[in-house]
Amino acid sequence: MQIQEIVFYGLSFLSIYVQIFLLITFIERRKEIKYRTGPIDLKNYPSVTVIVPCWNEEATIGGTIESLLALDYPKEKVNIILVDDGSTDNTWHVMQHYIGNPQITAFTKENGGKHTAMNLGISKTTTDFVGCLDADSFVDPQALKRIMTYFDNPEVMAVAPAIIVTKPKNLIQRIQKIEYHWAIYTKKMLGLNNAIHVAPGPFSIFRTQVFAKIGNFRAAHNTEDMEIAYRMQANHMKIEHANDAFVYTVTPNTVKKLYKQRLRWIYGFIQNTIDYRHLLFKKEFGNFAFFTVPSGVLSVISVCFIFFFSIYKLFSFIVEQTIKVSTVGISFSWPAHLFDPFYINTQAMNIIVITLYSTVILAMLIGSRMAEGRPKFSLNYLWFFAIYSVIAPLWLLKAVYNTIFAKKTAWR
Amino acid sequence: MDWKKYLIVFIITLGVFGTALYISNSLNNKKLTDLRSIEDKLSIDILSSEVQYSLLEELSCKEVTTSVLSDELTSLADKIAFTEQNFGSGSDQIKQLKQSYSLLEIKDYLLMKKISERCGKKSVFVLYFYANEDTCPDCVRQGYILTELHDAYPELRVYSFDYNLDLSAIRTLISIYKVPSELPALIINGKVYAGLQTKEQIEDVLKLNLDTKAPAAKKATTPAATVPAE
Repeated sequence: MQIQEIVFYGLSFLSIYVQIFLLITFIERRKEIKYRTGPIDLKNYPSVTVIVPCWNEEATIGGTIESLLALDYPKEKVNIILVDDGSTDNTWHVMQHYIGNPQITAFTKENGGKHTAMNLGISKTTTDFVGCLDADSFVDPQALKRIMTYFDNPEVMAVAPAIIVTKPKNLIQRIQKIEYHWAIYTKKMLGLNNAIHVAPGPFSIFRTQVFAKIGNFRAAHNTEDMEIAYRMQANHMKIEHANDAFVYTVTPNTVKKLYKQRLRWIYGFIQNTIDYRHLLFKKEFGNFAFFTVPSGVLSVISVCFIFFFSIYKLFSFIVEQTIKVSTVGISFSWPAHLFDPFYINTQAMNIIVITLYSTVILAMLIGSRMAEGRPKFSLNYLWFFAIYSVIAPLWLLKAVYNTIFAKKTAWR
Repeated sequence: MDWKKYLIVFIITLGVFGTALYISNSLNNKKLTDLRSIEDKLSIDILSSEVQYSLLEELSCKEVTTSVLSDELTSLADKIAFTEQNFGSGSDQIKQLKQSYSLLEIKDYLLMKKISERCGKKSVFVLYFYANEDTCPDCVRQGYILTELHDAYPELRVYSFDYNLDLSAIRTLISIYKVPSELPALIINGKVYAGLQTKEQIEDVLKLNLDTKAPAAKKATTPAATVPAE
């Protein structure tokens, strides 16, 4: 066996392991997963502060605020803190429309990064619960109530929502929608294993005491929502996932913007993992240390490997075709054995890849069921695999490159 | 920490992985069985042609089927080449398949030669000796050229032999025709050509043997490769 085959089998074994781990969690604990469709009543309604950090978000900030005002939750229990982080557009002006609303306070400051805006908001927070809502996202009216039910458990220190791609307009956004559905499943399973590694900017709610105990948000390589989750895990604080608390977010609509966003995410993942490497494979940090972070690292390595493996295959193909053309010229003959089942590649590698893809598609279908009530398969799945297998290696490799050569990533 | 879960997942993954390997293995074995049954069928066909030939020896040439096996042999060669690529040439089963395939080729060659001599048909027989890419870098090119020519000249019958295949009949062919170890080597109607022969070089030889100036207008019915790629 050649070295690349050994690596291939090792990586695919681990990747299938990850999917089966999640699937077993799902089978084992599916009864615990709540799917609430209508309004619910809570025993009590704790006060919650939602911080909306903004930087040049004049186009979406209005909708974000309106969605918060429309939350099905007692008005006097929801405080909204708008923080303009030195926008250069009309964001601050748009915010002025809401001054005078007793629920809303607004601050403006010099630009210092999202974490500084969040920290300003936290310093103004007087309630027991505090959350964040990125100004490109809109909450479902029921989201807050559903999230708050998880805090009935006094051990739960933060709850992450289910993020849905809002009104996808083009193919790039439609395939992200599938990806986000899939993420709901994965996140929920991580939550059930007490192993969540991101408390996403769109509408994660924390107990305010978390920040008093472990400190405020940090710059954290522009992934402050990941770092805070790492730090909470390091301090044995439980993070839950509310799979039926929906937040709608605007996602990148071009490959270039998507690339920038993902580069930031992956680079952040790598950097935070390096910063918190002392947690890895330590028993006391549980599934976070043994499953979540290692499987993230595995996916980075796998995609890089697949990329180089494909390049190698493509290169061999080109060499072969070049020899052919240089020998007998350009000739096209329809392959005679196109429909002969004998020529279906039944090599072990192929069957393994099919197996892996099957487990992934199953996971995606479960995710789509969790998000929309029923599994929905569409052509977009094929597009998802086709497009991501080409572009995902680009941001992954760039993130690895940036890590090795110590280059920082930008927010935008 | 729920170690039991990690262990159970490991065992399940092992099971899934094992099943995938098992499926692959049994599908591949089925292919080998298919190949073997194709060879069996071909060997009956050749035997039948030989018998037919003996029976009809006294009779008219018209009644002898001359185009029996070429297509089937070609398609079998393709399948063996494909299988060899996927399995790696080290496999004993592949070796056996290649051996019996080579024997079928030799039998077909001898029979066709007899028929064409007796019936005065214009045919060109090419015995092509190749080796794998490591020892014979030009063999890939030679293979493409022969495939191309086979498509253009239906009268051309190409028999390809792995020079290094452990088979006494091939060794005998090699010693009869004094095939050099410098590969690729072609034997066109009994004459040895060592080293890579270009399309034009072979076409010149063909024209001498066939007395034709241009390739047949009709394309061959099998565009498939004639020669294993290895």
